[in-house]
Amino acid sequence: MATFKDFRNKVKPNWCPGCGDFSVLAAMQRAFANLGLEPEDVAIVSGIGCSGRISGYVNAYGFHGVHGRALPIAQGLKLANRDLTVVAAGGDGDGFAIGMGHTVHAIRRNVDITYIVMDNQVYGLTKGQTSPRSAMGFKTKSTPAGSIEAAISPMEMALTVGAGFVAQSVSSDLKQLTQVIEEGIKHKGFSLINVFSPCVTYNKVNTYDWFKENLVSLSEIEGYDPSDRNMAMQTLMDHNGLVTGIIYQNKDRKPYEDLIKGFKEEPLAKQDIKISKDQFDKLAAEFM
Amino acid sequence: MKKQLSWKVGGQQGEGIDSAGEILSTALNRKGYYLYGYRHFSSRIKGGHSNTKIRISTKPVRSISDELDILVAFDQETIDLNAHELVKDGIILADAKFNPTIPEGISARLIAVPFTKIAEEVGMAQMKNMVAVGASIALLGIPVEAFKEVIEERFARKGQKVVDKNMDAIARGAAFVQTEMATLPDFKLEPSDGKQRLYMIGNDAIAFGALAAGARLMAAYPITPSSEIMEWLIKRLPEFGGTVVQTEDEIAAITMVIGANYGGVRALTASAGPGLSLMTEAIGLAGMTETPAVIVNTQRGGPSTGLPTKQEQSDVLAMLYSTHGEIPKIVIAPSTAEECFYDTIEAFNLAEEYQCPVIILSDLALSLGKQTVEPLDYDRIQIRRGKLVPLDEELPELANSELFPRYEFTEDGISRRVLPGTKYGLHHVTGVEHDQTGRPSESPINRKKMMDKRLSKLKNGINFPNPVHLDAKHEEADLLIIGFCSTRGTIAEAMERLEAEGLKVNHAHIRQILPFPTEIVAEQMKKAKKVLVVENNATGQLTSLIKMNVGMADKLVHFGKYDGNPFLPSEIYNQCKELLVHGHI
Ligand SMILES: Cc1ncc(C[n+]2csc(CCOP(=O)(O)OP(=O)(O)O)c2C)c(N)n1
Ligand code: SF4
Ligand SMILES: [Mg+2]
Repeated sequence: MATFKDFRNKVKPNWCPGCGDFSVLAAMQRAFANLGLEPEDVAIVSGIGCSGRISGYVNAYGFHGVHGRALPIAQGLKLANRDLTVVAAGGDGDGFAIGMGHTVHAIRRNVDITYIVMDNQVYGLTKGQTSPRSAMGFKTKSTPAGSIEAAISPMEMALTVGAGFVAQSVSSDLKQLTQVIEEGIKHKGFSLINVFSPCVTYNKVNTYDWFKENLVSLSEIEGYDPSDRNMAMQTLMDHNGLVTGIIYQNKDRKPYEDLIKGFKEEPLAKQDIKISKDQFDKLAAEFM
Repeated sequence: MKKQLSWKVGGQQGEGIDSAGEILSTALNRKGYYLYGYRHFSSRIKGGHSNTKIRISTKPVRSISDELDILVAFDQETIDLNAHELVKDGIILADAKFNPTIPEGISARLIAVPFTKIAEEVGMAQMKNMVAVGASIALLGIPVEAFKEVIEERFARKGQKVVDKNMDAIARGAAFVQTEMATLPDFKLEPSDGKQRLYMIGNDAIAFGALAAGARLMAAYPITPSSEIMEWLIKRLPEFGGTVVQTEDEIAAITMVIGANYGGVRALTASAGPGLSLMTEAIGLAGMTETPAVIVNTQRGGPSTGLPTKQEQSDVLAMLYSTHGEIPKIVIAPSTAEECFYDTIEAFNLAEEYQCPVIILSDLALSLGKQTVEPLDYDRIQIRRGKLVPLDEELPELANSELFPRYEFTEDGISRRVLPGTKYGLHHVTGVEHDQTGRPSESPINRKKMMDKRLSKLKNGINFPNPVHLDAKHEEADLLIIGFCSTRGTIAEAMERLEAEGLKVNHAHIRQILPFPTEIVAEQMKKAKKVLVVENNATGQLTSLIKMNVGMADKLVHFGKYDGNPFLPSEIYNQCKELLVHGHI
């Protein structure tokens, strides 16, 4: 059986020392191993950004696409081969700015993939501009006078568009992060995991210390019930979104694949693609 | 008796014009006539003038005609807008209800048929379109019984009563016109050969071709004039285990297609100009990652929203150049519905053989024009997957936990394509420049080698049958006419007239736009004194492409039409005459 080391490869990440994305990488590798997966069973589809490089750092199949489009690529892959464990990953700009349309619709569609957002509330790769996750007043190269746009609340957004699995974690808590990723992969349907993953270079506000001070773990909230959507929404609003753990899970919602008429258990990629003479004749007859 | 004639039905959109045309043509198709149907419609769903013109012939036809013999009108607007097309002794069959009148200067004969009244007598005012069909077939000399099968199939679900009523409406319409027949010119059709053929729009043929090619996933966003492809496939794919995903936009559609192809499933998307514009970045991704992808572009009037329901061929250069950077890409352009079927199958083969995006370039007139197609041949369906390593193939273990060389340098530039899920096949895929295992690399040496590898895949031409359709029997021609996509039949018809006058005319229809079939086109151009390039655009995109690849600019004359309508045979004929007589147009 594969261990987390089997999910490591020889490539040295080009992230800055201390970047939160290292923990996400480690947690992913652990989660795969803990779930008994083999490297060839896993495909990671990532976007463009510092975070997007993650697919190249895991010893598994990896597809590093274009900015903001990890989700449709991942969904196409999963529909092609439902035997694969497909994980999409990228930055907050990738998922909540340029790719926001896909995020909302991937949630609605509910294909059985897991989406991990490395949320550093800034654009890392392009060297420090504002992101849709930057707080009002946040100063960056593109907002020298401070951001004057409201930050998006991804968890609340996900709940309103019908997400079946919504979780949040932080790079400094490898244990919880690993666990949340495992649960997200196990969940049948689309799972959104937002990870506070500090950018030590371009975000001097939302630092490890800042998160330590401001984050509340849901495990500390007595009676918290992740199957209660109202409670999830209320709790997010009460804490300004700064909670970690599984925020909401609906185990009854069927994944997209189960709702497609005629869709088989056997992956499409393994099925015979030639049509029979009978089928052909029947189809041709429709045009007579 | 007529060897061929044209019939048109018009009225407000939503009045049953389409189904009148559908039913008439299905019955005539089954009797063995060749047909070509072209619908003129607006972006409105209800209301707005709409018409369908159907050409009926005992010989193959692939073009609308200049003239009109019979016009069926549900309102005065139809007469006012279309009567000028009628031949001298043409006939207008109009609903008596609106007291139809003939515009000044039109010599056609008007017969007011109580479409609505008869339909009401039969039981339903909506059946006025069936009364109109009946009235028409009396003129054509087609018996009412020819409609029995079609009407039964169409209305069986609604019960025998509805079937009977529709048949009754047709019979009464026919009987009404029958009483006037003695005084009317002869529009009876010569007998047909009675052979069974298909009658389909280009989009049907593309969709059917995709299914036959083994495509099992389509991702698309609706747009005129491509939506029929997704609509046809969503009905049939479930039986084959596949599906159509209506995505949130065309960027999602193309990237989903890339994901699915990466996963090993033949997948396609289809759109028109606006959608293709959105897809351009991802098409570059497919080129860079050497992922197969089949993209259909059904051209319509541009730019921007342009003329969404009208004919144009103005995306040629965009299809060649619209992604940044340099990638291998194939663009093919079928020119008949039959070719739409076979070429779509080829598109999937090419995409996998050359591991690159393949664009099937169609246009509105080809995608939506309905034409007779000779029976399709099952045995011509060939599936070639190139250097794909099937999922069940066992690969040897890789030394030192290296990655699989997915982008290995090879003689032909094409590397083995291993699918995710394969043991010992791990590799990386990225739109960033990469080495042979897919790992990012900025090495100048690697960069140059990788660029050359990708571009070399298409260097020696591609394995596409008939890159240029030739009808070129003259070694020394007065004129060569060049076109692409839907203009094939129209050019052929103009050419026939010119030839009948003793002029020597050759015709080359370009079916492979990229890589450009330079040698074939050059050879034909050399044989001709003048070359007329017929294209539905203003700037002469195909003309430029020929100039760029072939040269001989002094011979080339661009003939463009960009008013939203397809060329008429007479327009091409007149331009050719002009060019031959005056040396220029
Ligand atoms: C279409 C397009 N626009 C812009 C860019 C430039 N770009 C690359 S990554 C990025 C944003 C990165 O921010 P984020 O997604 O938050 O990832 P991070 O680097 O912070 O991990 C931008 C704007 C691009 N690659 N593609
Ligand atoms: S710039 Fe920020 S996000 Fe990018 S690697 Fe450095 S720390 Fe990480
Ligand atoms: Mg970011």
